[in-house]
Amino acid sequence: MDRRVLLVALGLAGLGAVAPLLPSYPLTLLTQALVSAIFAMSLDLLLGYTGLPSMGHAAYFGVAAYTVAILAVEAKVGFFACVLAALVAAGVAAALFGLLAIRATGTYFLMITLALGMVMWGLAFRWVSMTKGDNGISGVPRPELALPWDLSAPLPFFYFALAGTALAWLGLGLLVRSPFGMSLKGIRESESRMRSLGYNVWLHKYLAFILSGVFAGFAGILWAYYNGFVSPVDVQLVTSVEALLMVALGGSGTLVGPAIGAALIVFLKNFVSVYTKRWLLILGAVYIGVILFAPRGIVGALRGEAARGES
Amino acid sequence: MTAEFWVSQAFNGVSYGALLFLLASGLSLIFGVMRIVNLAHGSYFMLGGYVGLSVVWRTGSFVAALACGALAIALIGIAMERLFLRRLPASQALGQVLMTIGFALIFQDVALLIWGGDPYTIPAPAALSGVVHVGGFRFPTYRIFIVGVAFVIGALLWLGLEGTRTGAVIRAAVDDAEMAQGVGINVPKVSLLVFALGAGLAALGGVIGGAFLGVYPGADFEVLPYAFVVVIVGGLGSLPGAMIGSLLVGLLDNFGKALFPELSYFTLFAPMALILALRPTGLFGRA
Repeated sequence: MDRRVLLVALGLAGLGAVAPLLPSYPLTLLTQALVSAIFAMSLDLLLGYTGLPSMGHAAYFGVAAYTVAILAVEAKVGFFACVLAALVAAGVAAALFGLLAIRATGTYFLMITLALGMVMWGLAFRWVSMTKGDNGISGVPRPELALPWDLSAPLPFFYFALAGTALAWLGLGLLVRSPFGMSLKGIRESESRMRSLGYNVWLHKYLAFILSGVFAGFAGILWAYYNGFVSPVDVQLVTSVEALLMVALGGSGTLVGPAIGAALIVFLKNFVSVYTKRWLLILGAVYIGVILFAPRGIVGALRGEAARGES
Repeated sequence: MTAEFWVSQAFNGVSYGALLFLLASGLSLIFGVMRIVNLAHGSYFMLGGYVGLSVVWRTGSFVAALACGALAIALIGIAMERLFLRRLPASQALGQVLMTIGFALIFQDVALLIWGGDPYTIPAPAALSGVVHVGGFRFPTYRIFIVGVAFVIGALLWLGLEGTRTGAVIRAAVDDAEMAQGVGINVPKVSLLVFALGAGLAALGGVIGGAFLGVYPGADFEVLPYAFVVVIVGGLGSLPGAMIGSLLVGLLDNFGKALFPELSYFTLFAPMALILALRPTGLFGRA
């Protein structure tokens, strides 16, 4: 096992060890950061490993969150059925949208995914009989599992989210290290070369698109249960772009980077909004600053340093 | 479904398309020359509306509002392009996206700070507030005015691009920026000109739209996807594409909203998806 994997595993274990000492506010922030980390990592599979900048990633997050909310609140469906249905819904949405989006490259891909993301937002906003429109769906109950802990308390739910994050990280990690993941990186570097080597580039991209959507849906499920409330805000363009910022800030193509980026953005948003109402202004400045001063992200910059030290 | 319904909805669609043309033609040209995906384009529309509103409040002149709105936002566009966007390599689409969305967030917050969260409507001049009767159908004068403005702007852009030296230079930069630079065209200067023009046109649309859609927080991200769909359907960097695309999107959106209110976005985006499936670079776009 290489050192980085060990570091992340230690980091997750460390979080778990420290959690009981924390008051409930930092704990809920950490839970939020974990959910965002899964979301950002799922996007990194597309953006960092396959080189496809999706601007509508909140669509799959949102579809899963809405599926959970509708099933759990309206139909009183149990936890496992909700999770399964939500993952399928996210996967189906990604499979449909991917058919259209994967045909395009570069800027067209960006714009098409943006427009497709807006379709989902439009549904969430306008399909009032299903989604309750702008009011959103509230009162999603925390999952009731045959566990000795009650997940409605902050600490048990934090562990629940931590386990989910570890699972997602493990799944995505295995995926990007698999031969399939290697081919994705090859496509990112040179699509034409991979094609002439006999790889089915379209199919690789398409599968990556669907898998990325399913993992985003996984984050959406956790979000619905954590927040207890799902609204069009979860599907909007800004949510998609925020995920892009998390990936760019942490460093794309690294998995750890996006997770760190996600945590930073979640904390920043919460801390800044305590002190000032002008947090959009600051968030906007962060976007511009990251691109101007840290285009490769935090992890990218650290690796660059390390590489320079070794040579 | 009377004839009245179809005629008035079609007209509403055309006039909304005309407004979209003001917004999207700039976005398309900016992309054509600079390959920049400008997510702050909707912000120009919103800010234009707000500046126009303030000018109307002070001076009472709608014409002054149009001029000041377009000019002020063109200056903002120039500053954005010169100070920030130019530093990014054109290959870095993601960087452009994040930077322009950063600006969009800042603009949103600044607008909230200056004009507050209440929705306003720019008062249209009295001469444009009536209704015109044609063959038993009623057409709001203001919407006719919008179509007229879009027609004039479209014709000017067309003549400017096809018939003048500057237009030829812009077209050269759209076709191949590197080659244009090679034959002695000052591409950065062309970029700046086009960016200012695009921002100004979007702001003009914002002032005009402010009198019938209103001026409110969130208008920026509401119109942005429409502009994108127009550009996707028409083809990036193509003026005829922006014209046809605007008309199509305006009509689809209006009939979609009228006939299937709950699925209105679907009725807009599904045809877009169909067009893309058949022509991945849009109706008039080139790969």
